[in-house]
Amino acid sequence: MALPVQTPESALRCRSLVKRYGDVVAVAGLDLEVRRGECFGMLGPNGAGKTTAVEIFEGLRSPDSGDVEVLGDHWRRDGLALRRRLGIQLQETKFPDKLRVREVLSLFRSFYPRGLAIAEALTLVALEEKADAQVRTLSGGQKQRLSLACALIGEPELLFLDEPTTGLDPQSRHQTWEIVEGLKARGRTVLLTTHYMEEAARLCDRVAILDHGKVIALGTPRELVASLGAEHVVEFTVDEAASGALTAEVLAALPSVEGVTREGGRWRLTVREVHRAVPALLGALAERGATPTELATHHASLEDVFMALTGRRLRDA
Amino acid sequence: MPEQARDRTRGPLAELVLARVRELTREPEAVFWVFIFPILLAAILALAFRSRPPEALPVAVMAGPHGEARLAALSARPDLKPRLLTAAEARQALGRGQVVLAVSPDDPPIYTYDPTQPDSRAARLAADAALQRAAGRTDAFTPGHAELTEPGTRYVDFLVPGLLGMNLMGTGMWGIGFSLVVARQGNLLKRLVASPARRSHILGAQLLSRLIFLVPEAGALLLFAWLVLGVPVRGSLLLLIGVSLLGALAFSGLGLLTAARPRTIEGASGIMNLVMVPMWIFSGIFFSTARFPAVMQPFVQALPLTALNNALRAVMLEGAGPVPLLSELALLAAWGAISFVVALKVFRWQ
Repeated sequence: MALPVQTPESALRCRSLVKRYGDVVAVAGLDLEVRRGECFGMLGPNGAGKTTAVEIFEGLRSPDSGDVEVLGDHWRRDGLALRRRLGIQLQETKFPDKLRVREVLSLFRSFYPRGLAIAEALTLVALEEKADAQVRTLSGGQKQRLSLACALIGEPELLFLDEPTTGLDPQSRHQTWEIVEGLKARGRTVLLTTHYMEEAARLCDRVAILDHGKVIALGTPRELVASLGAEHVVEFTVDEAASGALTAEVLAALPSVEGVTREGGRWRLTVREVHRAVPALLGALAERGATPTELATHHASLEDVFMALTGRRLRDA
Repeated sequence: MPEQARDRTRGPLAELVLARVRELTREPEAVFWVFIFPILLAAILALAFRSRPPEALPVAVMAGPHGEARLAALSARPDLKPRLLTAAEARQALGRGQVVLAVSPDDPPIYTYDPTQPDSRAARLAADAALQRAAGRTDAFTPGHAELTEPGTRYVDFLVPGLLGMNLMGTGMWGIGFSLVVARQGNLLKRLVASPARRSHILGAQLLSRLIFLVPEAGALLLFAWLVLGVPVRGSLLLLIGVSLLGALAFSGLGLLTAARPRTIEGASGIMNLVMVPMWIFSGIFFSTARFPAVMQPFVQALPLTALNNALRAVMLEGAGPVPLLSELALLAAWGAISFVVALKVFRWQ
């Protein structure tokens, strides 16, 4: 209860949030603030505690310790008044198969004192043509958009999207991104969790990178990538016979190289300028009689930030 | 906006009930089990246990000096169907159950029969009376006979209230339990709780939709029983509806309780069967609970389906008013109320 005076632009804040399941610490002292009007992303691998944290924000779980403030309010008892101001999309919801899309929306609309007309909600998620289709006939992407429409139908001040595109095909994923971008354009506050770095980079104004229930980096996607000090990544492998001669010191000393990590037989260099680093790298390899078996470069991404911080990849971490 | 005004016509409870009703009526299996199955079962059982004129009992007369005379004496009785057989044939027929009594050629005759079988005992009495009379015995008097065939005392009359009770139990438990567990499994319950829907509305809608379905469900079975099978409703129809309503609510409570925790349909099915199978056996659906020994009666009579079946039979067959039913109705109400309270306490929303 002893939170500092709340700034009016804060939509959500939490302090030292902790949640344990037996011996597993799902959320380990989380501090976050989501500002009004921004799209805030929680990026992290599976098991980083994203969903647990979001469900605490949504009032579906209670934390073991710590404090949560949502739209200037706290969760207590049924929290109906607060729920009317929130839009919630769970990771997966199975709506009744035999209900029509319009009927599901009409059901959820009835829970809110004010909100969108059914037709407006259908337009928002591009499901007009499916209005009279039963849920069981919808594709995965269409079901996800129906779930999004149910979250939007009460015109929420704050929208929670928990892994909104997990399991969707690329086309459906892009369609969902366009809907969220439309919401952003209208100044909605959105908190989304994802383990897709492209999604966080494209949609979010600010991103918190989570690992083991804690924030390990926070900033705009641009700031986070810039924190690597280099804009490009060079990845390569060499034939095993010569790999012994290669050390991190040698590679770090190459021109334009800012960071070196190694993952099994694969080396990753973060570099400022590819055209200077790569010829120097090839020269250094040739000097040691090592032949590159694979060499690739790409622009540094949030994935590289995560790797630089944890030494693991987002997807299979 | 006129569009918005047209959308917003129903409150959350009405929408939740409507969603449930829509789901059920669009499920052909549900329609079969709720409406068609009990009628079908009543019709088949009525056919199987229909009242027939008693069949003549097959008996064997062993060939010998008195064979023909005895055959004639036994043939005079409508309830016996005698055959003249050799001693060996007669013993074989007895062993195979083709005859229930064999009369030896001796004088006086020896009756071979199975005293543990009612048919066999009846055949012995009938055959003995016929042979004694043929040998010169006279009856002291000629009794009159009144046969029991009026509606209300047949097996089918006993059966229909039991089937109604069984159906109220089945649809109450499955109707509520199944849909709640499916909703829990698919995260729908969690999603509803995350929305500003009241928990009382979410569960209340389940009960209300049950009561809505009760009307056509009980109505169809009773109408069929009344029109086709001639089963009477001797008591007040209003009381019968009231008893059915209370029964439906009690089993809805039990359905809610069995569905309060399980996360999977398999888990829920196990618990439901554990609750329902004893009542299928012990609660007097197909035969009277009086058949169970006295030591089991406290258990048998405490079951909610026993109370419901007893109350339904009393109203339908005996024309009982509400007062003699008080203990049954109180027992049902107690089962329902306790189940509700416990279910709400332990209910798993996600």
